[in-house]
Amino acid sequence: MIQLDAKIPEGPIEDKWHNHLEHAKLVGPRNRPTYDVIVVGTGLAGASAASSLAAQGYNVHVFIYHDTPRRAHSIAAQGGINACKNYREDGDSTYRLFYDTQKGGDFRSREANVYRLAQTSTSIIDQCVAQGVPFAREYGGMLANRSFGGVLVERTFYCRGQTGQQLLLGAYQALQKEIEQGKVTMHTRSEMLDLVMVDGRARGIVYRDMVDGSIKSIAGEAVVLATGGYGAVYFNSTNAINSNGTAIWRAHKRGAAFANPSFVQIHPTCIPVSGDHQSKLTLMSESLRNDGRVWVPRAPGDKRKPGDIPESERYYYLEERYPTFGNLVPRDVASRAAKVVCDDGLGVGSTGYSVYMDFRDAIANKGQSTIAEKYGNLFDMYTEITGESPYEQPFRIYPAVHYCMGGLWVDYNLQTTIPGLYAIGEANFSDHGANRLGASSLMQCLADGYFILPQTIGDGLQPLYRDKVDTSHPAFAQTEGEVKDRIKRIMSIKGDSTPLSIHKRLGKVIWNNCGMSRNEQDLNSALDQVDQLKQEFWNNLNIPGSDQDVNQTLERAMRLMDFLEIGELMCRDALVRDESCGCHFRDEHVSEDGEVVRNDDEFSHVAAWEWKGEESTSDRHQEQLVYEAMQPATRSYK
Amino acid sequence: MISQETQNQPPAGKTISLTIRAWRQARNKRKGHFAEYALDRIPIDASFLEMLDILNETLVQKGEDPIAFESDCREGICGTCGIVVDGLPHGPGQCTTCQLQIRDFKDGATITIEPFSTGAFPVIKDLVVDRSGLDRIIQAGGYVTVHSGPKPEPNSIPIEHAVVEDALDASACIGCGACVAACPNGSSSLFTSAKIGHLGLLPQGQPERNARVKNMVESMDEEGFGSCRNYAECQASCPKGISIKYIGRMNADYIKATISGGDHRGDMHAT
Repeated sequence: MIQLDAKIPEGPIEDKWHNHLEHAKLVGPRNRPTYDVIVVGTGLAGASAASSLAAQGYNVHVFIYHDTPRRAHSIAAQGGINACKNYREDGDSTYRLFYDTQKGGDFRSREANVYRLAQTSTSIIDQCVAQGVPFAREYGGMLANRSFGGVLVERTFYCRGQTGQQLLLGAYQALQKEIEQGKVTMHTRSEMLDLVMVDGRARGIVYRDMVDGSIKSIAGEAVVLATGGYGAVYFNSTNAINSNGTAIWRAHKRGAAFANPSFVQIHPTCIPVSGDHQSKLTLMSESLRNDGRVWVPRAPGDKRKPGDIPESERYYYLEERYPTFGNLVPRDVASRAAKVVCDDGLGVGSTGYSVYMDFRDAIANKGQSTIAEKYGNLFDMYTEITGESPYEQPFRIYPAVHYCMGGLWVDYNLQTTIPGLYAIGEANFSDHGANRLGASSLMQCLADGYFILPQTIGDGLQPLYRDKVDTSHPAFAQTEGEVKDRIKRIMSIKGDSTPLSIHKRLGKVIWNNCGMSRNEQDLNSALDQVDQLKQEFWNNLNIPGSDQDVNQTLERAMRLMDFLEIGELMCRDALVRDESCGCHFRDEHVSEDGEVVRNDDEFSHVAAWEWKGEESTSDRHQEQLVYEAMQPATRSYK
Repeated sequence: MISQETQNQPPAGKTISLTIRAWRQARNKRKGHFAEYALDRIPIDASFLEMLDILNETLVQKGEDPIAFESDCREGICGTCGIVVDGLPHGPGQCTTCQLQIRDFKDGATITIEPFSTGAFPVIKDLVVDRSGLDRIIQAGGYVTVHSGPKPEPNSIPIEHAVVEDALDASACIGCGACVAACPNGSSSLFTSAKIGHLGLLPQGQPERNARVKNMVESMDEEGFGSCRNYAECQASCPKGISIKYIGRMNADYIKATISGGDHRGDMHAT
C-alpha cells in the first residue's frame, strides 16, 4: 500500500527550500563517482539533470530512443521561459509568479513546490546566459521580455519563436561536455521498457537496443525519469511522433503512484485538423496572443472572406468575455471559449472548427517589420503548412492536446513513491495543478534539472554507500525475461489491425470523451470503448518483420500497449473527480456564465493512483493540499 | 449543438497519384536496391511524411516490412528527419523533409527517395542513417564550460542586439546533416562553423574560443568528414538558411588559434 509523504519542509514558505537544503544529507565529492545514476530522456529536464549530476561527480548513464540527445521534444517549445526578474518594474516578484502559477493551476498544485519553482526561476536565466543561450536583447544590450497568458506582467524571456531549441542546445552542449569528459555514458537508440526493482528500491532499467533488437539491462543506485508527457495518447497532439508514456507507465506498474492523470492541457492556438491522414498537430506559440486578436464572425455560417467582414460583425469573444486579460487569458479558458463559439456554429474554415487570430491591427500599428522580427518564424511555419500568409489574412487556429499536468507523483525531493526513482519535468505532476501557464514548462524542467534534483538526490543516495547491486542480481534476469515475453506475445498475434489504426481510434475515443469537456456518461462509454480496443490489440494486432532488427511497427505497438492503459486511467480519474477545475471541465459543474465550478470541500487534493495488477481496478489515494501562503479563491480573468 | 465528432471528419479534398522509388537496405553491411510503389488517392493536404505513413500503412497491412525512416517533431525543428528527395537533401525548397507538402508535387509524378548517405553517415536501415559524428564534433568543444549554480546577473554584461541576432542565426542549426549530405566532399563545415560562430560572437564564448575552434575543426577530420571547397551546396540545402559566412569566420578563427602558439589562455584541456 502506497504511502504519500510529500516531505514538505517546516517553516514559512519563503524559507522552506533553504531550510531543506541546509539540513539535507549530502554525498561528498569523493564518494559521488561510486554512485551510478541512470537518467532516461534528454529534454530540458533530463539533459540539465544529467549534466549537473555528472559535473558534481556522479557516474551518469543516459538513455534515449533518439539518435542524439538534441532531438528531444523540448526543442519544439516556441514562445519563452518565465522568470520573475522584474526587469520591467511592473510589479513582478517571487510571490507574484507563485500566485499566478497557483491561480493558473486552479489551486490544484502543491504550494511548497510552486513557491520553490518561483524562487529558482531567476537563477535559470543567469545559468542559461552563462552557457551562451542567445536570449533576445533590447537595443541597449539588456534582456528583452514579453508577456504570456494568465499574467499581468512581462516576465517571459525568449529567443524569437525558438526558445525551447536554444535552451535545449544549452543543456545538450553541457551534456556533450560531460560525455567528452567521460562522466556521462550516452546510450542512444535505446528505449527503456521496464524498471528493475530490488528489495522495494529502483535499481536499474531494462532497455531495447533499437538497432539490433537485443534486450539489455543496467544497474544503478538511482533512476531518473525525464521522459515527458503522455499527450500522444490522443494520437493527434502537438507532441512529437515518438513521444510516449512507456517509461512512466512501466514505473507506475512497478509501484510508482500516478497523479492526476486526467489533467491534460489543450492548447488554444494550433493549426486545425485538416484530414484523417494527419499525423500531428502544430502549435502556434501563445506569444502570438500578445499582438494577435482572436475572433469569429458574429453571424453563424458567415462565409465571407475575413477581410470583408466589418469590425461591427466580428465577435472578439475573448476581449468581450474577459476584458481584464483579453486575448491573454490562460490556455484552458481560451481553449474552452473557442470550443463554445464553434459548437454554437460560429467557427470558420471547411470543418467549422477553427477561429481567426488576426494581426491586421498589430501590423497597422507597429509595422510589418516589427511583427516579422518578433514572430517571423511562426508566420513562416504557418505559411509552409497551410499555404496561407498570416501577413495577408488571419491565422486559423483550433485547440489541440499539448501538455500533461498529470504524471508520476513525487515528493518535495522529486522522488516517486518508489525509493530511488525520481521523476522530473513534464513526467512528474508537481507544479502546474489543473492548468499550466504558458512559458512555465521550460522553467519547471530547468529548475528540476539544474537546481532541484542535483541538490535533493544525495539525500536518498546517502544510505546506499557500499551497498552495490549489479546486473547479476536475479531481479535483472527476471525483468528482462518479462520484457522478452511481452515482445514475443505481441509479435505472435499475427492479426489484421495495424498499431496506427488502433492508435487513431484510441485517440478519437479519448479526445471525444476526456478532452475539453467531460461528463459521467461519456467517460463510462469511453471506458467500454478503450476496453474493446485493448481486446482488439491483444487479439488482432499485426506486426511484420522481426524483433531482432530495426522495427518501427513494433516500437509503435509497444508504446500503444501502454497508451491503452494510460487512456483507461485518465478516464477513470476524470470520472471520480466530480468537480470542474482548470482543464478538467465537467459538464455537470458549470457556472451560469460558463466557467468551471470547483468543489474544494471534496476535491482539494491530488489523486494518486496505485496499480493493483491487470485484473483489478487501480486504487485512488489522496494527498490533501494545504494552503498557507495563499487561500484558494474563485479564479476570475474577467 | 454540433457534436465534437465533427472536427475529426476529413473534409472531402483533392487527391493525387504518385510513384515512390525508395531505397531499401536491410542493414548496414547488406546491399541496397530501389523498390517502386504505386500510390493513389494521396490527399493534397497531406505532408510528404504523411504520404510515407500512408504507404507504410499499406505495406504493414500486407504483412510487408515498411520503409524505415526517422522523424519526430514534424514541424521542422528537431532535425530528426532527413531524406534525399529527387536528389536534393530534404527535397525541393529550403525546409526539412517533414515540412514538404504533397501539394508541391505533380499528380502522377515519380519521386525518388534515398538516405542522407555520405562516408561519415553509414546507413542503419533503408532511409535511417547514423549521424553521431556530429555529436562528437560538439563534444570536441561546442560548449561553454559552466557548472550549474549561482551565476552573475546577465544584464551586467550587455550584448548588442544585432550581435545576439547574428548568434541566433547561427545557433538556429538543427543538426539534421543536410549540409553534409549536400556537399560533394561530405564536409560538415557549415554545421561546425555554425556552433563556433554562435559561441564566438558572445562574450560568454570568449575564454575558450581558441581551443574550441582548434578542437572542433580537428574533430571533423577524425570523424571522416571531407574538406570544404566552397561549393556552397550546404547553404543552399540548409533548412534554416544558415550562411556560409560562418565558415569564413571559422577559418579565420582557426588560423588565429593556430598561430597563438604557446598562449594557453582559452585552452580547455589542462595538460
